Amino acid sequence: MKNAEVLLSGSGITKVFGYGKQKKTAVQDVSFSFHEGEIISIVGESGSGKTTLAKILMGLLKETGGEILYRGKPRQLKRHKERKRYWKDIQAIFQDPFSSFNVFHMVEKLLIDCIKLQGLKLTKEEQVLRMKEACSFVNLKFEELHNKYPFELSGGQMQRLMIARIFMLHPKILIADEPTSMIDACSRSTILDMLLKLRRENNMTIIFITHDVGLAYYVSDTIYIMEKGRIVESGPAEDVILRPRHRYTRQLISDVPKIHEAWDLAQP
Amino acid sequence: MSQNMLHIVRDPVPAPGRNILEVKELKTYYKTRLKEKVHAVDGVSFELEEGRTLGIAGESGCGKSTLALSLMGFYFPPLFYQSGSIVINGTDIMTLGKEQLRKRILGREIAYIPQAAMNALNPTLKIIRFIEDIMKEHRPHLSKSQVREMAAERFETLNLSPDVLNAYPNELSGGMKQRTVIAISTILNPKVLVADEPTSALDVTSQKAVIRLLKELIAKKFIQSLVFITHELPLLYHVTDDIMIMYAGQIVEKGTAQQMIFDPYHPYTKRLMGSIIVPEAGMKEHRLEAIPGAPPNLKNKIEGCRFADRCTFAREECQCGTIENRVIGERVYRCLFDPITLKEWYANEER
Repeated sequence: MKNAEVLLSGSGITKVFGYGKQKKTAVQDVSFSFHEGEIISIVGESGSGKTTLAKILMGLLKETGGEILYRGKPRQLKRHKERKRYWKDIQAIFQDPFSSFNVFHMVEKLLIDCIKLQGLKLTKEEQVLRMKEACSFVNLKFEELHNKYPFELSGGQMQRLMIARIFMLHPKILIADEPTSMIDACSRSTILDMLLKLRRENNMTIIFITHDVGLAYYVSDTIYIMEKGRIVESGPAEDVILRPRHRYTRQLISDVPKIHEAWDLAQP
Repeated sequence: MSQNMLHIVRDPVPAPGRNILEVKELKTYYKTRLKEKVHAVDGVSFELEEGRTLGIAGESGCGKSTLALSLMGFYFPPLFYQSGSIVINGTDIMTLGKEQLRKRILGREIAYIPQAAMNALNPTLKIIRFIEDIMKEHRPHLSKSQVREMAAERFETLNLSPDVLNAYPNELSGGMKQRTVIAISTILNPKVLVADEPTSALDVTSQKAVIRLLKELIAKKFIQSLVFITHELPLLYHVTDDIMIMYAGQIVEKGTAQQMIFDPYHPYTKRLMGSIIVPEAGMKEHRLEAIPGAPPNLKNKIEGCRFADRCTFAREECQCGTIENRVIGERVYRCLFDPITLKEWYANEER
């Protein structure tokens, strides 16, 4: 993984909300480098600054300090046109599939918007072909879905449709912010497998944000552990999970129920 | 994740006692706007013994939450009761009127924590007011100061700070709110607590605190039995004695936690166990099994095994008739084939 090109890197990133007495540091002095085709997990409990960091990476929030380089150059995000260009390369899937969709638009419209966003001029047949291809990638049937509204779909189907969108746009980087926390264990494995497939087939860089170390261990190459806005431990998934060094990492691992080890419920 | 790693890592299962909850052939349905009936719980029977805990698992839409609502007698449209009996501590709740049910059963015999329990608190009231409210109905002779004293004592025994009583819900974190709701709903020492996904909206650290609280409630005899509904199987393995798997409104398999996780009989249970993700060595090489297809539509009458369409082992005979439960000792499962045949198939598949 180290030989691959560094796609996104940051040094000393800090985000402060409010000022004076209300000042709250959500992300503090975070440095990272994400390589092409790598799956990175950012793990931490609620309020540790994971989502804030993701929003900064997406360009939805402006960092207070530090520097982010995309392909070795600072990002241009001042104008809407520039942001739109950046978002062709970086896309996200969010936690709540139910609020990620426009409730007034049918599935077909959602997928056609993806084609429009790429600025492609296609005939009707080509459009349908593309949409069918994307739906079959996520094991959905376009014929059954195209005239449905989001409320007619289940959580798992919606999340899969979000992945179909990503497949059509094929961005360089995908930020998946707790994509599986609102769906059941069974659909969860389907979603995770699809993320792995996206990486395998499109060499996509995936930034996976979760509070569950088990999921992080399963999908990722590199894990960053975040506590109160700081990265406390990072490294290859095997090293971090099987040989944790930091106290907080050990605590996170012990908080997850396992099936071949006893679960210590004692107060930390 | 091999079978030979099988060893006891959870607490021993308590000795059998008398049944505290008996459900027989329970059928409930939802009525849609188009007057169609969706049979969400379709012939569920099980017993729960005093002092034991039962976990219910299954994918979304399999009827877990509807079963929980039905157990409580919460039949409000569009949910309707069709047939079957629910006996809680010797009383058949279906024979009671609404008023009787509320006064005699709810909170005293059986308590319920809904899925989004932490949003159930009225934001304009202090926590103590919820407890005063319960006491006004069930222990009218107690004065306000006595109630406060009692509540503070209970919170202290459960390792919750008594200061919480004077806080408004929005001053508490998600995990804290969830624990507070559990403490409030068990204040009358109900025999059975039905917890519907109490931890699925929380992160792993708060989840552990909630589980610790539930274990404490059982250990200190504030509740006798627990019905825990979730889709996280590793969690059930550590929390409950027995696990029951539901699929399309029916129970497909029931057994002790140890049996269900390491030695599943039913093909559906086997597939579910394949979707477990834990941070243990060997997990990365383990291939997750996703179940293709979707559960059947419960509006229609279903012939044969409900899982047949998605089952890789399905034969022609699975598609017709009704599949009866097979009982082997304490275990129950709903499949045409015997465990030896099924195990052979599973072994072949792994090869």
